[in-house]
Amino acid sequence: MKLLMTTAVSALVVLGSTAAMADIKLGASLSASGPAAFLGDPEAKTIEMMVDQINEAGGINGEKIDLVLYDDGGDPNKARTFATRLVEDDEVVAIIGGSTTGTTMSILSVAEDAEVPFISLAGAIQIIDPVRRWVFKTPHTDRMACEKIFSDMQQKGITKIGMISGTDGFGASMQAQCKDVAPKYAIEILADETYGPQDADMTPQLTKIRNTDGVQAILNPGFGQGPAIVTRNKAQLGIDLPLYESHGVASDGFIKLAGAAAAEGVRLPGTALLVAAILPDSDPQKPVVTAYKAAYEAKYGETVSTFGGYAHDAVDLMTNAMKTGGSDPAAIRDALEATQGYVGTTGIYSFSPEDHLGLDLSAFKMLEIRDGGWTLID
Amino acid sequence: MDALLQFMLSGVTVGAVYALVALGFTIIYNASDVVNFAQGEFVMLGGMITVFTYQAGLPLPLAAVLAIAITSLVGVALNKLALEPARGAPVVSLIIITIGASIFIRGAAQLIFDKQLHRFPSFSGDAPIHIFGATLVPQSLWVIGGAVLVFIALWLFFTKTLTGKAVLATANNRLAAQLVGINTGWVMTLSFALSAAIGALAGVLVTPITLVGYDVGVGLALKGFAAAMLGGMGNPKGALVGGISLGLLEALTAGYLSSQYKDAVAFIVILAVLFVMPQGLFGKSTTERV
Repeated sequence: MKLLMTTAVSALVVLGSTAAMADIKLGASLSASGPAAFLGDPEAKTIEMMVDQINEAGGINGEKIDLVLYDDGGDPNKARTFATRLVEDDEVVAIIGGSTTGTTMSILSVAEDAEVPFISLAGAIQIIDPVRRWVFKTPHTDRMACEKIFSDMQQKGITKIGMISGTDGFGASMQAQCKDVAPKYAIEILADETYGPQDADMTPQLTKIRNTDGVQAILNPGFGQGPAIVTRNKAQLGIDLPLYESHGVASDGFIKLAGAAAAEGVRLPGTALLVAAILPDSDPQKPVVTAYKAAYEAKYGETVSTFGGYAHDAVDLMTNAMKTGGSDPAAIRDALEATQGYVGTTGIYSFSPEDHLGLDLSAFKMLEIRDGGWTLID
Repeated sequence: MDALLQFMLSGVTVGAVYALVALGFTIIYNASDVVNFAQGEFVMLGGMITVFTYQAGLPLPLAAVLAIAITSLVGVALNKLALEPARGAPVVSLIIITIGASIFIRGAAQLIFDKQLHRFPSFSGDAPIHIFGATLVPQSLWVIGGAVLVFIALWLFFTKTLTGKAVLATANNRLAAQLVGINTGWVMTLSFALSAAIGALAGVLVTPITLVGYDVGVGLALKGFAAAMLGGMGNPKGALVGGISLGLLEALTAGYLSSQYKDAVAFIVILAVLFVMPQGLFGKSTTERV
C-alpha cells in the first residue's frame, strides 16, 4: 500500500512538473524508413538535432520544445493516422513532415481540419497551389527546376532538346512540368524518351535521341540510379551534347556513381548547401549552410543532403514563428505567413497570403561538374 | 544500321543480367519445385557485400569471393531456419515463405549497410569497345561471359554429375529419393547454397553496370523470374535464352517503337508465348499421375 502511494505520488509529481514546464509540442511524421528513407532519414536526423540545439540554448522564450516524431515509412495511410494522433492525442501546436508528396497530402487534410500550421518537406506544386491556409512548404518545386534549366539553355542559345525521363514518381512529375513550361522559354522538345527506375541500360533511348535531327542538348529528369546510368551510357556512346540532370541527383554520390569522367560537363540546378565550400563569402546563405553542414556532419558522420536542408529550413521557420506566436497554432500560422527574408539552406524565404513557398528561381544555383567536383555557373 | 546494332548490344547486355538472375532460380526450383523469390536479394547481397568489403580495403577479387561465400551461408541459413521447419507444407506456402524472407533480408540490408546506391569499378575499365559504329562497355562482356559459364556449369551439373541427378530426383519424388539413399536434407542445403552463390556472382558482375542498393533485388527478381518463365522454369538453357530474349525485346521496343511501352511489349510477348507453350520455350511438359 505504501509502495503504491509512493508510486502514485511520484507519478503525480512527474505529471505536475511536465505541466508546469508547459513545453511547446512540435509534431513530425517523416518517412525515416521504407522506400523514401533517403528523404526521411536525413530529415528526421536534422529535426532531432535542431530541437536538441534549441533546447540546449534555453528553448523558445524560455519554453522547451517537446518533439513528437513518428516514422510513417512512406505510407500515406500511416501518415494520416500519425497526423491524427499528433493533433488529437499529442495535441501538438505545429507539424513538420510529409517527406513525400503522397504522405504530405494525407497530413495536410488533417492539419487543415484541425487548424494546425503544417510545413511540408515534399516537392509537388499541388501542395501549395492552390494556397491552403494552414499549409506551407520548404522545397522548391519541380517546375522551378525546369525553369532554371531552361533559362540556362536559353543563355547558351539552345532551343531544341531531347528528354529522357524516369517513369518513377519524381521523373514523371518533372517530365510533365518541364513539357508544360518549355514553351515559355521557347524550348522545343524533339524527343521524349523514358526508362524504368530499375533499368540497367539506356543506350537505345539515347541512340534514338542522338539520331533525332536538330537536338542540341539532353535533359534527364530522374532520381536514383537512372541518371547515373544515363550519364555513363551517354559517355559510352560518345554523344557530344550538353547533358542536364535534375536537382534530384544533386549530391556528391551522383558524381561517384556516374564516374568523374562520364559526369564531366553535366549541369544541374542545386542548392547552396551542396556547394557550401565554394560559395563566395558575400553570399548571404554561406553562414547558414556552413553552420548546418558542420553541425550535421559532426553529429552523424555522414554528408548533408538537400533533403535534410529542407527540414532545417522548416524547423527554423517554425520556431521563428513560435518566438512571435508562442504556443497558439493560429498565432504561429500568422507569424509564419508574415515571414520575410528568412535565409535558409534552400533559399531565401518570403511568405505571403498568396505564396506559401516563398522561394524564387534564385534559390537554385546552376552547377556544373568539373574534374569530379562542383562549379558555380552563375 | 549502327542503331540496330546498338539496340542489339544493349539488349544482350541487359538480357545477360536477366539470364544470370534467372539461372539462380533453376537449382532451388529443380530441387524442390519452389520458386525462390528471395533470389533477387541474393543478387543484392552479392553486390552490397562486395561494395562494403571493397571500401574497407580488400582487393576487389577477394571482396567478390567473400561476398559469394557469405551469401551462400545466407542461403543455407534461409533453408535451415525458414524452409526446413515448414517441410511438408504445400509448395505455395514455401513460396510465400521466400517472399517473407526477401522482405526480411531487404530490411536487414537497409540496417546493416545503408540506404544509398553504390558501385565499384568495372573489372576491365570503362573505355567502350567500338563494333561497327556501336559501342559496348567491357563489363558487359563479363556479364555475358558469366551467364554463359554459369549456364554450362549448371548443364554439366544436372546432366553429368551424380549430385545433380540427386537434386533432380529429390524434386521428382522426395520419398523415393530417400529410399534409394539420397540425403534429401543435404540436397536442399546444397541447392540453396548454390543458388545463393549464383545470385551473388550475378550481383558482383552486374553492379558496375546497374549499381546496387538495398532495394534493387525486387526489380531484378521480377525480370529474372519473367525470363525464367519464358524460357521454361528449371531449365538452364531456358533461363539463358529467356533472359537474352527478354533483354532484346525490351531494347528493340525501346529503339523502334517507344520506350514508354518496352516493359508492356515484353510482357505481352511472354504472355503470348506462355499461352501457346504453358511450360515455356524449353520447359518439360509434365503429366501428373493421379
